[in-house]
Amino acid sequence: MLRGASPQPATRRLRAGLAWLAVAGLAGLAFWTHAGVAQDSVTPDDERTGGDSTVFATGQNAFSFPLANLPDEERTRFVIGNSFFKRNWVQAPSSTTARDGLGPHFIARSCGGCHVQDGRGAPPDFTRGLSEQPVGLLLRLSIPGKDAHGGPLPDPVYGDQFSNFAVQGVMPEGQISLRYETVRGKFADGTPYQLQKPRYGFSKLNYGPMAKDLMLSPRIAPQMAGVGLLEAIPEAEIVRNAREQAALGGAVRGVANQVWDAPTQQMRLGRFGWKANVATLAHQTGGAFLGDMGITSPLFPKESCTSAQKDCLAAPRGAQGKAPEIDEKTFNDVVFYESTLAPAARRNPKDAQVVQGQKLFAQAQCAACHRSSYVTGEIPFPRLGSKAAQGQTIWPYTDLLLHDMGEGLADGRPDFLANGRQWRTPPLWGLGLVPDVNGHNRLLHDGRARGALEAVLWHDGEARASKDKVLQMTAQERAALVKFLESL
Amino acid sequence: MTPVLKPVVLATLLAVLAAPAMAQPAAAANGSVAAAQAVTAPAVARHYAQLVLASYEDTLAGALTLQKAVQSFTAAPSDEGLKAARKAWLDAREFYGQTEAFRFYGGPIDDKNGPEGRINAWPMDESYVDYVKDAPNAGIINTRKTAISKKQLASLNERNGEENIATGWHAIEFLLWGQDLSTTGPGNRSFEDFVDGKKPNADRRRQYLQVVTELLVDDLRSLTKAWAPTATSYRAKFERGGMESVRKMFVGLGSLSRGELAGERLEVALASQDQEDEHSCFSDNTHRDVVANAKGIQNVWLGQYKRADGSTLGGASLRELVAAKNPALAERTTQQIAASVAAAEGIQAPFDREIVGAKDAPGRLRVQKTIDSLVQQSKDLVEAANAAGITKLTLVKP
Repeated sequence: MLRGASPQPATRRLRAGLAWLAVAGLAGLAFWTHAGVAQDSVTPDDERTGGDSTVFATGQNAFSFPLANLPDEERTRFVIGNSFFKRNWVQAPSSTTARDGLGPHFIARSCGGCHVQDGRGAPPDFTRGLSEQPVGLLLRLSIPGKDAHGGPLPDPVYGDQFSNFAVQGVMPEGQISLRYETVRGKFADGTPYQLQKPRYGFSKLNYGPMAKDLMLSPRIAPQMAGVGLLEAIPEAEIVRNAREQAALGGAVRGVANQVWDAPTQQMRLGRFGWKANVATLAHQTGGAFLGDMGITSPLFPKESCTSAQKDCLAAPRGAQGKAPEIDEKTFNDVVFYESTLAPAARRNPKDAQVVQGQKLFAQAQCAACHRSSYVTGEIPFPRLGSKAAQGQTIWPYTDLLLHDMGEGLADGRPDFLANGRQWRTPPLWGLGLVPDVNGHNRLLHDGRARGALEAVLWHDGEARASKDKVLQMTAQERAALVKFLESL
Repeated sequence: MTPVLKPVVLATLLAVLAAPAMAQPAAAANGSVAAAQAVTAPAVARHYAQLVLASYEDTLAGALTLQKAVQSFTAAPSDEGLKAARKAWLDAREFYGQTEAFRFYGGPIDDKNGPEGRINAWPMDESYVDYVKDAPNAGIINTRKTAISKKQLASLNERNGEENIATGWHAIEFLLWGQDLSTTGPGNRSFEDFVDGKKPNADRRRQYLQVVTELLVDDLRSLTKAWAPTATSYRAKFERGGMESVRKMFVGLGSLSRGELAGERLEVALASQDQEDEHSCFSDNTHRDVVANAKGIQNVWLGQYKRADGSTLGGASLRELVAAKNPALAERTTQQIAASVAAAEGIQAPFDREIVGAKDAPGRLRVQKTIDSLVQQSKDLVEAANAAGITKLTLVKP
């Protein structure tokens, strides 16, 4: 049901045209529902993925531009934040005092180490030899139980994520191994397909055995463009997604995660991370600085060495050990940078095959979870973002809710309200530009899917009916669906 | 390639050259309107393609000269040989810097398979490639089990981090100059780093320098091929692109003006006052990088390019295309771009001293002046693109 007070028409640019407004008005009762068909049949010219903030960019830099409408006086801060996002941190003590404090344990030397060109990580390529350790892919660890805030309980020796690198004089926690099992299936037309399911192992464990009941969850670094707009989606919209899905009474029943947020020191609705296990960009950024690079911040001032890791505890600290390794101003600049990265415009939205794929996407009810559009509200943290992100009609294709995705994708590791089979609906925008920016098309939380169709075929659980519709499609229809997804 | 100036093109060129001298806006407008009648989007795209090719050809020629210098130097390392290689590097950079105006729209330089990251990535973590102060065994060169081949270095470039630079201009620069530990001059690597028995792994250092230079030459050659006037090249597609190609030209100019040059290369350095944030930090050549970038933008806007052999290429330009719609705006943009080039030329070497000091330090003011002009120019370019009917950019109208 379209809310009468929806700001949508008012914030649309005139170029969307009166025709669209008329259609939206007539079909208004269906526009915000999650029936998919009705919603996307009135999709206006949505080439401008991020409204006024959209950049018309392709190629290697496609994820790296600031919001197109970012005021010039904020662009200096953007580039300064960028420099700290991509620059390598170094081991303390060093002459580069602005960026010392790497480790003791880490998996990457910079944010850009995993989010290369603000883009997406991929699983390690084992054809390069067994010594290759993952960088854009990390493994979260926990044992049964919950911490004080209801979050995962870390492994007592290895902590809450596995670190396969360490500074000189400190042992890395060990090495990760990865192999794939082949999963075979068939489309209704008889065409066979093969998927690959990852199996992880640990070797060279330097701090003794891991917990017997250890749970692990692999997580790929997603592309960054548009995260500030996602943060500006009103919480009420996400809650409404859950309410409306429940009201339909079908299999699709999304759940909003509730997670501990360190910056605001409270429980908040989770919207970032593969399990919506993080509420804010600031928390995500502070967590990544600490967990992935070993950089302490005002938010997380304590290194994540466990009490069993004596060498880690004894290692020199950055900033002469007197202050967090990244200071508050620099940290805030990095968050500002992330939150002002622009989504890129769609390519070829009028292409006949793309239009056909869009219809098939709707018919298969994909939009039940991959909700296409929102109008952003006020940015929640004015010091960490730009007003340019406000009041924009954006097209991220997500409900930001948790869904049971079936046994095939399950990690069996709860994360706040997310159970071991639930994953957050990932935004689909930018999907087609990952090959441009990162030279690969590995999708899903662990990068197992080689392209959009494989990602679709892994859908199960609440998404079973949608996946079955795709299985029924002809080869030509499947190609059109992929073409649509790659136009996003 | 010899530039052939047809009479009409020559007339246009003369009008363009004369324009800055015309103080009266009306006079400038008249000159531009006369020229503009002949200018169409396809003509602008065609001439741009010619200009791009010429720029890459000159760069490739410079890189080949560098390669010769590297070959003689590594065959018999000497101080003179090292100096000759450094000079060849500096000469070639003058041309490469101008080609950066052809970036940012997913063309051959930075499309999905584009070599930009292999050619000119920075800033570079030197210890990824070779020893640095306090880390004598660091880097690929000192890791003997890592093979040094074009393929291997290309695959190591930007692996696991944007600063893990193994290839391109700046890797070569680091090998030729070494770390810049001096406050008054550039890096001061000794030629003996390349002499067996004088420095560990000198053989691998020689090999690395040769291989990485060859890779640069290969990549630059691939760019000249992409812009060659053949039926299947990128250029053929670009020339058919009409207004879409013009849009790409604007995206390139605007993105280089604001985000890259004013932002990443100048504002970041001003903010950090850190030598590591200067573009060519080993050779102290950053002041020239800035000028070359600013000139590259001017080249495309005016449709003019001064070749290595001293000849000038001229033809249908964005400036004329915009002037046909809004002569005053075109003129203002021309003046602003010229002001940016002039401001950039005012930045003094070494850049790492220029950025240091209090807010009102003369060097910082010179850098800031360049930034301010580039920012204004980016706004003018957005307006100019809008005037030409183009709105799909990476910036919206300010």
